[in-house]
Amino acid sequence: MKPESNARQEVSARGKRRRLPVAWILVAPFLFFYVAFLIYPSIQVAYLSFTNSDITGTGTFVGLQNYAELIHDADFWASLWHTLYFIILTVVPNTAVGFLLALLVIRLKRLRLPILSAFFLPFVLPVSVVTTGALWLMDTNFGIINYLVGSSISWFQDPNWAMPAVAVGTIWWTVGLNMLLFIAGLQNISPEVYEASSIDGANSFQQFIYITCPLVWPVTSLVLLLQLIAQFKIFDQVYLLTQGGPYNSTMVVLLYMYRQAFQQNRGGYAAAVAVALVVIMLIISAIQFRAMQGRRAK
Amino acid sequence: MKEKRFSFLRVVCTALTVIMALAWLFPLYWIVATSLTAETATIALPPTFIPIPPDLEAFTYVIQNSPIFRWYFNTVVVALVITAISILVSLMCAYALSILEFKGKGLINVWLLLGFMIPFGAMVIPLFMLMNQLHLVDSYAGIILPQIATPLSVIVFKRFFDQVPKDFRDAAVIDGANEFRVLFNIYIPLNWSIIYAMAIITFIGAWNNFLWPFIISNSTPMLTVPVGMTQVQSAYGVAFAKTSAVAVMASIPTALAYLIFQRRVTQGVVAAAGIK
Repeated sequence: MKPESNARQEVSARGKRRRLPVAWILVAPFLFFYVAFLIYPSIQVAYLSFTNSDITGTGTFVGLQNYAELIHDADFWASLWHTLYFIILTVVPNTAVGFLLALLVIRLKRLRLPILSAFFLPFVLPVSVVTTGALWLMDTNFGIINYLVGSSISWFQDPNWAMPAVAVGTIWWTVGLNMLLFIAGLQNISPEVYEASSIDGANSFQQFIYITCPLVWPVTSLVLLLQLIAQFKIFDQVYLLTQGGPYNSTMVVLLYMYRQAFQQNRGGYAAAVAVALVVIMLIISAIQFRAMQGRRAK
Repeated sequence: MKEKRFSFLRVVCTALTVIMALAWLFPLYWIVATSLTAETATIALPPTFIPIPPDLEAFTYVIQNSPIFRWYFNTVVVALVITAISILVSLMCAYALSILEFKGKGLINVWLLLGFMIPFGAMVIPLFMLMNQLHLVDSYAGIILPQIATPLSVIVFKRFFDQVPKDFRDAAVIDGANEFRVLFNIYIPLNWSIIYAMAIITFIGAWNNFLWPFIISNSTPMLTVPVGMTQVQSAYGVAFAKTSAVAVMASIPTALAYLIFQRRVTQGVVAAAGIK
C-alpha cells in the first residue's frame, strides 16, 4: 500500500514539474516553422498593404492609399469577376461529377480498385503535366479533341472558350478527390438503413432520394466548401495555360497579384490585392458554411 | 423476368463506368503515346493512335538537352526533406496537444485553424521578401522551409492520438519512460498506418508543388521538375513529342507512389478530410 502510493505521488509530482517544459519542447519545432513561415507572413502581408514597398520590401507607410486605388482599379475588379466565373464553372460541376462517379464506382466489386484509381490518378500528377496534356490535346490544329469532335476551336486562344477550357482541365484533374470523399461518405451509411427501408417497400429510386442524398449531405457540404476554398486561389493552371489571356479573359486575382508584385515591382499594392482576396474568401466561405449548417439542421 | 431486367441494367451500368474510366485515362494514354512518336509524326493527320514501333527520339533528346536529371535530384531532395521534417515535427506537436496540459495550448489550437483559412498564394509576397533578406532565394532551404508546417498533419495525428487509451501512457510513465519514449515507443508504432499514409501524401504534395518553387527559384539548375518542365516547353516551342516525354518523366514518381501505395493514399486523403 505505502510504496505504491508513494510511487504514484512521485509520478504525478514529476509529471507536474516537468509537464510544462516538455510540452513546449515538443511543440517548439512545429511552432517555429508555423510562426516564421505562416503567421509572420500573414501579419506582414497586412502591414505591407499599407506601404508603397517594392518587391524587396523597401518603402514607406502610405496609409490607405493602396486600398483607395484598389477600389477604382477596373483590372482588379475584372480579375475578381474572372475568379468568380471560374468558381461558378468548377465548384458545383466538380462536386456533382464527383458524386456521380462515386455512385458508379461504389457498386462495383472486383473492378472497384482499378476503376477508382483510373479516376483518381490525374489528381496525383503535377499541375504542369496536366497543363502540358491540355495544351496538346486541345491544340487548335493538331489536338486530338478537335480531331475527334470535328471542330476547329482555339480553346485557349478564344476569349469565350479559354476559361471553360481551363475549368474542364481542372475538373478532369481534381474530381478524383471529390469522388474519394463521396465514396467514404457513402460507405459510412449503415446498410441496415437500406434493409429496413426495403422491408417497408421502398424502391431504389426512393432509397436514393430519401436515404442516400440526405445521409451523404455532410460530405457534400464539406466537398463544396473545400472546392470553394481551392478554386478561389486558382493560379497554377491559368498561369501555365493562358497567362491570363487572351485579352485578360482569364486574368484571376492571384495572377493579378503576381503580376503587380513580380512584374510591376509593386509589393505594397500586390499585398493589398492579397488582403482583399483573403477577406473576400473568408466572407464567402463563412456565408456558405452558415447556409450549409442551416440546411443540415433542417 | 424482373430479376433479369435488373441484372441487364447492372451490366449496362458497369459497362458505362468502364467506358468512362477509359475515357478518363485517355489523356494520359495520349501523352504517353505522343512521347513515343517521332516528332514529325505527331502533327500528321490522321494521328497515330498506337505508336508501333515506339520511337525513343524524344526521350533521348530531352535527356541530352535539358537538365532533367538535375531537376529530378532537386525534387527528390526537397520532397524527402520536407516529408521527413514535416511528419516529425507534426507528430511531436500533435502528441503534446493531445496528451499534455500546458499554458498556451488553446492558443495553438486556434492558430492551427487559422492556418487553414489563409491561402498560401496570398502570402508569397512577404515570404519572398523574407527569403530574400535571409539570402535563401534559389536555394534548397528557400524551397523547403515554408512547406514544413502543415497544420493538417497535426490535426490528423492529434485526432488519432486522442483515441489511444490513456492507460498506455500512464503505465509507461510509472515504468519511468519520458514523454519522448512514450511518443516513439507507444504512440508512433500504434498509429503507424496513418503516419505512413500522411507521409506519402506529404511527399506527393511536395513533389507536385508548383507555386512556391516557381516563385523562389530563378536559375535553371535550382528548379524542381514541375517548374523546370515548363521551361522545356517554352524552349522547344511546338514540339509535342518532346514536351510529352518530359511530362511522362515528371509524372513517374508520383504516379508510381500512388499506384504502389494506393490504399494508404486513399486512407490518408479520407482521414485528412476528417470523414473517417
